[in-house]
Amino acid sequence: MVWIKERFHKWTRIGTPDSLYNDEPPQKHYDRLRRNLMIIILSMALTPMILMAIINYHQYRNAIRDETIKPIQSLLTNLKHVLDIFLAERKSSLNLIANSYDFEEINNQAKLNKIFMVLREEFKEFVDIGVIDSSGLQKTYVGPYNLKGKDYKDQSWFKEVMVRNEYISDVFMGYRRFPHFVIAVKRDLHNGEFWVIRATIDTAKFNRIITSMELEPESDLFLINQDGILQTPSRYHGNVLDKYPLSMPVLTQISSAVVQETYVSKGYQTLIGYACLDIKPFILIFIKKPGEIMKTWFALKSELFWVLFFSCILIIGATYGIVKTLVRHIQESDERRGTALREAQYANKLASVGRLAAGVSHEINNPLAIINEKAGLMKDIIERSEEFPEREKFLKLIGSIHGSVERSKVVTHRLLSFAKRMDVALENIDLADLLKEVIGFLEREAFHRNIDLRLNFDPKLPRIISDKGQLQQVFLNIITNAFEAVENGGMVHIITSIKDESYVQVVVQDNGQGIPEKYLPHIFEPFFTTKKKYGTGLGLSITYGIVQKLGGDLTVQSKEGDGTTFTVIIPTKSKPYLEEGNHV
Amino acid sequence: METIRLLLVDDEEDFRTTLASRLKKRDIDVTDVGSGNEAIELIRERSFDVAVLDIKMPGMDGIETLRQFKKIAPLIEVILLTGHGSVEAGIEGMRLGAYDYLMKPYNVKDLLLKVEDAYRRKLLEETQQRA
Repeated sequence: MVWIKERFHKWTRIGTPDSLYNDEPPQKHYDRLRRNLMIIILSMALTPMILMAIINYHQYRNAIRDETIKPIQSLLTNLKHVLDIFLAERKSSLNLIANSYDFEEINNQAKLNKIFMVLREEFKEFVDIGVIDSSGLQKTYVGPYNLKGKDYKDQSWFKEVMVRNEYISDVFMGYRRFPHFVIAVKRDLHNGEFWVIRATIDTAKFNRIITSMELEPESDLFLINQDGILQTPSRYHGNVLDKYPLSMPVLTQISSAVVQETYVSKGYQTLIGYACLDIKPFILIFIKKPGEIMKTWFALKSELFWVLFFSCILIIGATYGIVKTLVRHIQESDERRGTALREAQYANKLASVGRLAAGVSHEINNPLAIINEKAGLMKDIIERSEEFPEREKFLKLIGSIHGSVERSKVVTHRLLSFAKRMDVALENIDLADLLKEVIGFLEREAFHRNIDLRLNFDPKLPRIISDKGQLQQVFLNIITNAFEAVENGGMVHIITSIKDESYVQVVVQDNGQGIPEKYLPHIFEPFFTTKKKYGTGLGLSITYGIVQKLGGDLTVQSKEGDGTTFTVIIPTKSKPYLEEGNHV
Repeated sequence: METIRLLLVDDEEDFRTTLASRLKKRDIDVTDVGSGNEAIELIRERSFDVAVLDIKMPGMDGIETLRQFKKIAPLIEVILLTGHGSVEAGIEGMRLGAYDYLMKPYNVKDLLLKVEDAYRRKLLEETQQRA
């Protein structure tokens, strides 16, 4: 059980934070998740259904088979009894005759004639009758053929009747030229001698009994003997005395009928029923051809199949849809969580840097103030004394101390302003002035690198209410990026315009190398950088964050080789974010 | 214009004494103390025109000292000095009635200008009160 649990856990494991950072491409992870969920759900949904279908299939099949087999069994059993009785009656009547007369009485042509007449009245199928003595010679004969004096001594049936006292033959043609069989009965005499009465019976009656069963057109019913020779004509399996075309049934002497399913030509199913006669080892065979038996079954089977098929399709489709939606939701929430995590990390990083900056600048500002005051005092003293040796030289030295203090102050104040960067302070700003200030920082670089910096400012641009420091940062980042993107002698174009009543727009265009399409969706993500060695990947994400915070939007269009266009949209009135900026 | 009576409060002695002597050279009557408590005792005894207070001090900090000053001698004008960029503290000080605040290290001329401005305002308010 444990391994199943582990396996299941492993299969369904969804994006844990570590999996967000492992080496596997995330898409592959979700594909695998989707596949495993599909397998689990489908196997859970489909297995019981398919099992049910298989069980139903077998139950239906058995029920249908029983319904088909039962009538066959009863038909065979009934018919077997009828045929047994038929044979038994004929045999007993011969026994009766044999026991009613002495040899001398019956060995009389006139008497035998009379007996035969009486017999024929009862059983029309008797063809002839004869009396044979113990030497095998036919002493008296009544019938359509002249068989008196015929010697049966060496014939097998005579030998058998001598042993068994009675004999029923298979059906044969003989010289009578129609299918018939023979019944013979032996009568013992006191002196050890015996005589035999032998009668021939036409099988027509036999056939009539069988045809009277009124079979369905596709079915077949007939008798064969032990050697597989047809004893009665059949519809589809040969005429009388033909060889039974199918394999012989393996039967012990069972009184009840047996029905088997066999496959004959072309894999069709055939039902074959067997019953052995008691009196004579004849086998009654019933054959039902496929179409009929299984028509209902096939109809049912195909219904079952289609129901199963459409259910499967439905389940697979629904599962696919559900799993797809589910995995997409998981993926989206993972991505959201990942972004939140990164943002939190980033904010944390900035907060630490901010605290560090504030601490450092404080610690440095105090000693700087002391240096400043000491130098100031020195200067005061020198300036106030009438005569001070090398006065000018000292004043110059003190001046350079002041200069250095001033430089350090700029650094510490910049650090402090970085720490404060997260606060939004709204002011009334002239965007064109602000842009000119920012460009002022970069003018030297533009000059040295011979960059064609074109400014296209809309004179009607309204003043906006926004955070000056933050906007400076935004445009400094974007324009610095543009400068980094262009070659020496490239072009950077800055255009301001009124977008609509409540927004102004600043477009920064360059003709630099452009951004490859695959990077475009990621360039505003924190820590995404293509400048592996010296980029932190924070510049554009900070820029984007600031623009969003000010209620504006930052978009980028780029074509590799053609250049990049950043479009900044700023609301003319930023909403104050008093609460949000205090986390540094 | 009379001599400005200035109280300088800063825990950093080196800074305080140096600044004090520089201001004295500019004809300002400077008294300097190293803590908020000393400063409060002092203004109970004497009157001052302007006080320059460092915000970050051990014991009673500049903001608390300012609060006490305003209770004892409401007319005294206070200029806050801050070593780090704690704008919040500066703003809090202004809300409590400080005249202005300056970030260390500053140019002595700026400080002088602010001191003089503060003094002028103090005189103005005194006149208004008398009237």
